[in-house]
Amino acid sequence: MRDEPERPARAPGLVLSQDDVRRAVTRMAHEILERNARDGRLDSLVLLGLQRGGVWLAERLGIEIARIEGPVPVGCLDVSMYRDDIGLRPVVPAGRTDIPVDLGGATVVLVDDVLFTGRTVRAALDAVSEYGRPRAVQLAVLVDRGHRELPIRPDFVGKNLPTSTREDVVVTEHGVEIAPVARHERASASESSGGKRPSASEGAVSRGLRGRGTQ
Amino acid sequence: MKHLRSIAEIGIEGVQRLLELTDTMVDINRRPNPRVPALRGKTVCNLFFEDSTRTRLSFETAAKRLSADVMTFTVGTSAVNKGESLRDTIETVAAMGIDAFVIRHGSSGVPWQVSRWTTASVINAGDGWHGHPTQALLDAYTVRQALGRTTGLDGVRVAIVGDIRHSRVARSDIEVFTALGADVTLVAPVTLLPPVPPAPATDDLDAVVEKVDVLYLLRMQRERMQEALVPSLREYSARFGLTAERARRLPEHALVMHPGPMNRGVEILVDPAELPGAVITQQVANGVAVRMAVLFELLGAGRDVPVEESA
Repeated sequence: MRDEPERPARAPGLVLSQDDVRRAVTRMAHEILERNARDGRLDSLVLLGLQRGGVWLAERLGIEIARIEGPVPVGCLDVSMYRDDIGLRPVVPAGRTDIPVDLGGATVVLVDDVLFTGRTVRAALDAVSEYGRPRAVQLAVLVDRGHRELPIRPDFVGKNLPTSTREDVVVTEHGVEIAPVARHERASASESSGGKRPSASEGAVSRGLRGRGTQ
Repeated sequence: MKHLRSIAEIGIEGVQRLLELTDTMVDINRRPNPRVPALRGKTVCNLFFEDSTRTRLSFETAAKRLSADVMTFTVGTSAVNKGESLRDTIETVAAMGIDAFVIRHGSSGVPWQVSRWTTASVINAGDGWHGHPTQALLDAYTVRQALGRTTGLDGVRVAIVGDIRHSRVARSDIEVFTALGADVTLVAPVTLLPPVPPAPATDDLDAVVEKVDVLYLLRMQRERMQEALVPSLREYSARFGLTAERARRLPEHALVMHPGPMNRGVEILVDPAELPGAVITQQVANGVAVRMAVLFELLGAGRDVPVEESA
């Protein structure tokens, strides 16, 4: 991992429009198919959206893949019980885990909206291993915002978006926005080194406190 | 949330949050390997000053499924019999590095007292006649699940039958059901009601049996006979027991619940296996999930939650 210089926080605003998101999802669907067709793994492909931000994205990728090639099982995974920062940050409960197929021998594509420290993905790898031993696990994210704290790298990326830790990346189907991190979030971010997005921002977004849910 | 000593202390928001977390735990318990690493490195101490195998096992299982370490301390084998005071016992055990105490004690209020002596979280697993909050939460969860409710229990008619006066289960259940919006009726002989009943009370089970969504039978403790609060077990059964005839008159969708252990032939005179509405085993299964939710909330998720309004 290379050390990323702390960037100055930029003006808040939209960095990907709704059309940009749509095009990125279509491209990622093609890339997932291309890679796994080459390796002869299309039959065993399964998409798992990480609760909560990755769920809609996995569903959208599933729809695109179905359109291009044929239907693929789509599930979701709640990793909150596998995190390594329990007690350091609040947990938003009751994301459901729904895995439609046996993961033994499957090719699992983990799907999340934002890749940040990599700790959510680490937790997801632990969670997946409880359900079986996949032949391969790949990672698809809409936004890679940098600041990795673990040796984790995405296989499929919608957009590389270098950010400052003082910024928050808000992803919905309607676009990707940069927002300044609220004060209390920054406080707990420095303490816990953050989750995918530090602290309560996840809860705030999924509960629609910012006025846009992640449906 | 730091402690769970009573339902009143956590309020309706706390109840809703724990019930929501229980959904997650029920999912985990359905898996082939129902264990998650969430509370790795935490130590839970079960302190049971009164015998209760099922509650103790339920808490132990819950802690283990969250990967916490569990120590169990029962009075029969402890220094309490050698004259050690409660405070010394707590301080000694706490010095070993405990994150949560699960306490069952014959005296009301012990969990509050204990929380003054330790920085660990305290969970009330039954204190005297006062309260048994995890039982109340698992009962509320079971009703919610069985009736297919996702939030409150608005308008659900609950009849609690039996020794209300001496029952910590009844007291906590009344609090939780009322907080969730249910209409609670108490059914008991006047001698087994508290001086000021916390909900409408009657001594006529036959009058309510056709008008309930939940029939909650309490355990009738035999020692009450010696105190002459009830003339005889036979008379109690005839007036307050669930007989085959009363079971037939229950509405089709009505649930029959019991906190266990059951006195067959006293408060329940039919085989619960033959009652379509009996959810007594679900209560036990949900007990583990609810206690997982409580431990997770107190030791993991609910610590120092920042205020979200500023987001």
